[in-house]
Amino acid sequence: MIPLNHIVVFAVLLFAIGLFGTLTRRHVVGILISIELMINAANINFIAFSRYTKASPEVGQIFAVFIVVLAAIAAAVGLAIVVAIYRNQKTIYTDEIDILKW
Amino acid sequence: MDVLTLIAKFGIYFIFAFTLSAALLSVTVQNIFHAALGLAFALMGVAGVFFVLHADFLGAIQILLYVGAIMILLIFAVMLTSHIGDASVHTSNRQVYPAMILSLLLVYLLVRQIGKVTWQLKETLTSIDAVEIGKQLMGPYVLPFEIISVVLVVALIGTIVIARSDS
Repeated sequence: MIPLNHIVVFAVLLFAIGLFGTLTRRHVVGILISIELMINAANINFIAFSRYTKASPEVGQIFAVFIVVLAAIAAAVGLAIVVAIYRNQKTIYTDEIDILKW
Repeated sequence: MDVLTLIAKFGIYFIFAFTLSAALLSVTVQNIFHAALGLAFALMGVAGVFFVLHADFLGAIQILLYVGAIMILLIFAVMLTSHIGDASVHTSNRQVYPAMILSLLLVYLLVRQIGKVTWQLKETLTSIDAVEIGKQLMGPYVLPFEIISVVLVVALIGTIVIARSDS
């Protein structure tokens, strides 16, 4: 098997790509895509540590199952908000949605 | 030799490269529909990493839930909101270089710390199958399991209420 460090570094790189996308995208759906990437990076760490380290092996996988469910909830609610905002404002660019600012 | 072990020895770096390039594509490409397709490939690469780590149940969930359900939701949202494929509209804001510096700084700090840590590794690697996960979910983790079911129901009702047209 490959060393644990390589998997963790891969997860760090995936998380950094997601962070970059979250900070730079103007499009709300693009930001949601980047958040999904970051959640997946965290999930890879859970699985890798549950396989390699002395922690209890079930806990990592069960946490990963819960994280996948919460990510699905986040995507569903976020995209419903996107559709509702688009219906009212006719835009989904983050710098044009400023009705909560004054 | 086991096929998965063979893939784990030689192919996992290929899967890493594939996943990272698909993820990079999905955060930089102009057309948001192409970004969603890049995310689908990145998620399939992550599922491949799960299979290599002998987490078969999680890999199946990853393909079913992410590549199946969440991708369809994303593509629906992209299709429901028009003038997306318009290439003249900028899809990134003016913070590209500060965000790049911040991300690279995060990678540098985390990788430096990862190099210093010595993990407490197992002597023999274990793999958990779906039966064991089910027993644990119905045993010690039954309360979080029920709570997440309630959260899922509440979120679904809230999604319907938000997305319903006002007429």
